[in-house]
Amino acid sequence: MTEIGLGHYLTLGAVIFTIGIVGIFLNRKNIIVILMSIELILLAVNINLVSFSIFLNDLSGQVFTLFILTVAAAEAAIGLAIIVVYYRNSGTIRVEEIDNLKG
Amino acid sequence: MIAHAIFFYVFSLIAIISAIMVTVSKNTVHSVFFLILDFISISCLFIMIGAEFLGMIMLIVYVGAVAVLFLFVVMMLNVAQQKNQWLLSEDSSGHIPIGLIISSLIFFELIIVIGGWKYKPDLFNSNNLTNLSDLSNTHSLGQILYTDYIHVFQISGMILLIAMIGAIVLTFRQREGVKKQSYIKQISRERSEGVEVLEVPSNKGVKIDD
Repeated sequence: MTEIGLGHYLTLGAVIFTIGIVGIFLNRKNIIVILMSIELILLAVNINLVSFSIFLNDLSGQVFTLFILTVAAAEAAIGLAIIVVYYRNSGTIRVEEIDNLKG
Repeated sequence: MIAHAIFFYVFSLIAIISAIMVTVSKNTVHSVFFLILDFISISCLFIMIGAEFLGMIMLIVYVGAVAVLFLFVVMMLNVAQQKNQWLLSEDSSGHIPIGLIISSLIFFELIIVIGGWKYKPDLFNSNNLTNLSDLSNTHSLGQILYTDYIHVFQISGMILLIAMIGAIVLTFRQREGVKKQSYIKQISRERSEGVEVLEVPSNKGVKIDD
């Protein structure tokens, strides 16, 4: 219990990943919270990569975490820009009212 | 070792609780704040485990840039009425059990993978890269980031540039009816279109119509 190993960090990553999935599935009101859930999922992936990198003594995981960080920042910027443009055009960002494609 | 365990449990508990609060919080601003708390506790975990450069970068990028970007967008959009209340909505609650079932399935799959996976024993002892134990984490990360991964590094810079251009192009708006200064119009003005010499007859005056 007091010996924190790789499994503890992987479990933490799995829990945060699942919380992000729940946030995407169950959210019907606000699309910004969906973007935040995507950030949570990427964070869980980063936890996995960093813990593997530390416990296997291989720095490549941390390098790839850096690149995931870059892609996550770019994705957040583009997603928020799309949300701003959509709100300007349609006046709402409620998930249940965004049904132009009749999906 | 016991301190490591205590810190791990405290930080991971804070991270998990704040991640739950991100998804169930009614106010979007509170969600952003809990997201910031989540990032801070995870970066504390990173620093504690020995990846201090990534922990600090995470604080700078996520807390300093991404979360503030989220706050700006929440501030600009009128989301005060659009509360995040998926637990309380009666009209569209049919998706909640299916979503919970799928998410718990994903969680148990991940747990089975973690629990059932036997680590390859020689992975722990193999030094795939040079074991730079006397250097700091930042130093050794920089030594492989700028040599082995230089092309990927450049491509990630291009990704950031393209994202910046895309965000600007998406949100740029040409407004109608805004008075602006046009330098090229001002500079290319000629005397013939600016000044007109009129022959004024005496006692008649001149009529300027414009």
